[in-house]
Amino acid sequence: MFLHLAVIAALFLAQFAASEYIVLMLTRIMVLAIFAIGYNLLFGYTGLLSLGHAMFFATGLYAAALGTTLMGLTVPAAFAFAVLAGLAVSLVMGVITLRASGVAFMIVTLMFSQAAFLTVLYFGEYTRGDEGIVIPDTIRKFAFLGFDVDLANAVLRYNLALAFLGCAIAFSLLIVRSRIGHILIAIRENETRTSMLGYDVQRYKLAAFVMSGTLSAFSGACYALMFAYAGSTLASIQYSIHPLLWTLLGGASTVLGPVLGTGLMFVLVDLASSYTNANLLMIGVVLILLVLFFPKGILGTIRERYWKWLP
Amino acid sequence: MAAVSPLLETRNLSRSFGGLKAVSDVNFTLEVGEIRAVIGPNGAGKTTFVSLVSGRLAPSSGAVLFEGDDITRLPAFKRVRLGIAYTFQITSIYGNLTVAENVALAAHQPGAKSSLEYLERVGLAGRAAQIAGTLAYGHQRLLEVAMGLALRPKLLILDEPTQGLSDSEITNFIELVRTLSKTATVLLIEHNMPVVMELAHRITVLDRGQILAEGAPEDIRANRAVQNAYLGTADA
Repeated sequence: MFLHLAVIAALFLAQFAASEYIVLMLTRIMVLAIFAIGYNLLFGYTGLLSLGHAMFFATGLYAAALGTTLMGLTVPAAFAFAVLAGLAVSLVMGVITLRASGVAFMIVTLMFSQAAFLTVLYFGEYTRGDEGIVIPDTIRKFAFLGFDVDLANAVLRYNLALAFLGCAIAFSLLIVRSRIGHILIAIRENETRTSMLGYDVQRYKLAAFVMSGTLSAFSGACYALMFAYAGSTLASIQYSIHPLLWTLLGGASTVLGPVLGTGLMFVLVDLASSYTNANLLMIGVVLILLVLFFPKGILGTIRERYWKWLP
Repeated sequence: MAAVSPLLETRNLSRSFGGLKAVSDVNFTLEVGEIRAVIGPNGAGKTTFVSLVSGRLAPSSGAVLFEGDDITRLPAFKRVRLGIAYTFQITSIYGNLTVAENVALAAHQPGAKSSLEYLERVGLAGRAAQIAGTLAYGHQRLLEVAMGLALRPKLLILDEPTQGLSDSEITNFIELVRTLSKTATVLLIEHNMPVVMELAHRITVLDRGQILAEGAPEDIRANRAVQNAYLGTADA
């Protein structure tokens, strides 16, 4: 708990020391870390490996972008709309894909996500395909509870992202420590046994799936509204693989692992691209080293060796 | 007064795998408070039979009744809630979790520390904080039983519980089953004949998916057909 607050506090203080470029990068990391936290609830804690989370991220992304530009929603309404859309899509997808398990589950989620990606391209008239939707700054200025909010303001945007990340971490901690969190871990550890102890395994898996998908959609909405852009690349398979890699790097089934992993991966890409064009190769090498020597990720390894209390 | 229905009853219960009838037209009743052993040669359909009772498998035809209610269509987890607990033939515990959490999950109080009484009953209370996967095999079997107890079952199905236990562990185990039979009816699948003879009130013999004989231990011991099934004599 203390550690989690310390991380939030450090991120809060960082904005006073960091350059404009770093502040923007940290904002992006924090928004995408929410995506990774959502992914980790399903992958790390429940043991279900989805290869299709881009579809949930894209659901939030396009619900927010289309909601503000085409449907005339205000930014707060667009957030709510994106969360509801994420809830609905993940519920329907969960009911369908959770009929499969193991490798079949991975393939079915991948397939639906690709179908979603193609749907985005198919409705290019509205989504503008890979060119993308740019949300005008006039929409991103609004009044909320008596305050004038301008999402183009870098400092405000940073602190909003930090507040959202704080909520996501708190939510994740709450779930992990609750009754449902213990049951999700039991399902990950031994699904047959859990069912034979009288737990409705399917229902708990669906709950994890919906929480995971909805958090991912929320992250997508933050991304669209804060960076004023929604393009089809953000719905592509890359964005299904990213949260998996971030989670693995930081440590699956640790609350802060996905946050750390997202941050580190961004720093790595950033460092690598200043030396070479082959930055993806460097990332690949780092990942191979990780899988070989730290298969539980950074925080997972730390927990195993030193801090057994780490949630 | 209405007749008291048996705890468990199966009617013409059958299950085939492809062309093989693993369990075929089994009519079986079990009274409250009994310790019943199901024995039979390898491949006789014992595990399939208890899987049909516990709901891990769906029957091809026939019905399962528990306390007089038809539960044939009920999924396994709901049968557990009715009071049918199944302990696995191959030890199936949460190897990466603590012994206490294993039992807490079974007691439907995950994360709580209040499940020590079940560990005490099997003699594992001193190991509550240990990671379950690091227990010796015999202790893992006992943990499996403790988890069965924590479910507070009316019917406890033990699938080859003494497999892989040492002689002294088996002696303790027999005592344990006697104590727990005071609160639950026990359906025991067992290969170890001394254990069966010692514990069972009645014995059901399965052979090729059918009930070959049923009766008190001494009757079964004297039964010609049973001897043939086990020894493979030609006139079976």
